[in-house]
Amino acid sequence: MRYFVALLIGMLTGAVLFGAGFYYNPFMNQTMISPLAVTNEKVIGLSFSAVPQEGILYTNNGDSVPAPHPKRVAKLLEPAVSDTTVFVTELHDGSGDLAGIGIKFSSRSERTRLFGGEALANSAWHLYLPGEGTMLVDQTENYWPYIREVRIPARLSSGENWRGAFHGIMTSGPSALGTARVSGGSGLFSGLESEAVESLTARGYSAVQGPVSMTGTLTIVLPRVESTDE
Amino acid sequence: MAQVAGITWVSCGEPLTARRVGLCKPGLCARSQIARQMMSRPSNLTKLHYQSRRIDRQQTHHRVNRLFKTFIFGIILGALGAGALMYFAPAVNLHRERSLISVQPNGGSMERFQINLPRDRILVGLAGVEDSIPAGLDWPGEDFLGDMQAEAFIVRNENNAVVGVASRVASSTEETGAFIEWVVHFPARGTMYVQMELTPAEDGVRDGVLRAGTQDFLPLTGRIREQFVSEVDDGDVQGRIVLEATLAGPLGDEE
Repeated sequence: MRYFVALLIGMLTGAVLFGAGFYYNPFMNQTMISPLAVTNEKVIGLSFSAVPQEGILYTNNGDSVPAPHPKRVAKLLEPAVSDTTVFVTELHDGSGDLAGIGIKFSSRSERTRLFGGEALANSAWHLYLPGEGTMLVDQTENYWPYIREVRIPARLSSGENWRGAFHGIMTSGPSALGTARVSGGSGLFSGLESEAVESLTARGYSAVQGPVSMTGTLTIVLPRVESTDE
Repeated sequence: MAQVAGITWVSCGEPLTARRVGLCKPGLCARSQIARQMMSRPSNLTKLHYQSRRIDRQQTHHRVNRLFKTFIFGIILGALGAGALMYFAPAVNLHRERSLISVQPNGGSMERFQINLPRDRILVGLAGVEDSIPAGLDWPGEDFLGDMQAEAFIVRNENNAVVGVASRVASSTEETGAFIEWVVHFPARGTMYVQMELTPAEDGVRDGVLRAGTQDFLPLTGRIREQFVSEVDDGDVQGRIVLEATLAGPLGDEE
């Protein structure tokens, strides 16, 4: 019996040690620099608040954090969409002015491999920029660095919250350089095929409420688009 | 027979450091022999006492050693097990509804989706309208978005099972050109980006083209038809949007 207990305690210790080693693995670092940082093309940056309560609408299955907003929005309860979120938000340009509306669909990806430090989500942005046009941004996002550096510390904290500075490139594909694929729709973006990257900057997170202070930025390369001012 | 510490030891087939004293026959094991010697040669009592203590320590040490080895083995087993579990067990296993696809005579396939109104509405955002959906929606002003209307829906297959979500964005006053667009997102399959014609046909059906797709829809091209059905005999359903996707893969695919 005592050998069985020793084996059991050993296995638990082994699992915990593996988890700690995995969690603190220094080789799974967050991408800090955008793959588009060195592009010669014209680039637009669209920022948005990643706090659902500061957006226009956010919904999920109703059991997850953060809670849907507004309160009476329909929840995605059915099995096929229970791992999906819908986020509608205003988009702001570099000077902070309102630039457009974005609708983001995001679903957990079956290609998620935690062993390799990949907590993946497939997401699609449907963007409308008045005076410019519409486009689709299709991307794979890796949330593992965000989970590791923000969500888990918040969960382990006695106050169930996290405050600090996190910045990371969330986009990890599907393009070869780890960029999102952009398909232009109407207006100036008609026929556009380009790349984009989404980044996240977090300063506060509550394990109970979700993001408290968090902003996202969509950086989109516009190789052929001419400014409307010209 | 052996001479240790000036004492004659009678062999019982087990060394002094016998691992399992309890398995020796009574009176023949090392401990019993020590007891016998103690009785027969009192002058060596102290030595014999220490010998006995040493044996006890060795046996205890050995027992602890085995426990420790078991513990270490457990650690390795636990770490390997956790690693194997993390590597092989799927972290995400999305629910899939059976696709209801019919093959078209000229190639490709047709799949029909539907949205039951008002039940499947997630969002109706239109500037200047008081009763936006959901209640409490803070939609940007008309001066910024004009008559742009954004809607979001839950999407069902022909069997009325939920399979995805969708957005429909339309504007007739956009200065760079009016548009009507759909983005239909199926969590387990991918996303369709559809551009619709501005004017519907006489029968009310609006045609559109698949502008881009992701995942399963990435290599596909085709047309999507949108139709609003107002007369629906299905409980609280007041109307239904039907999306009919006729899609085909690229010609000349290599097997």
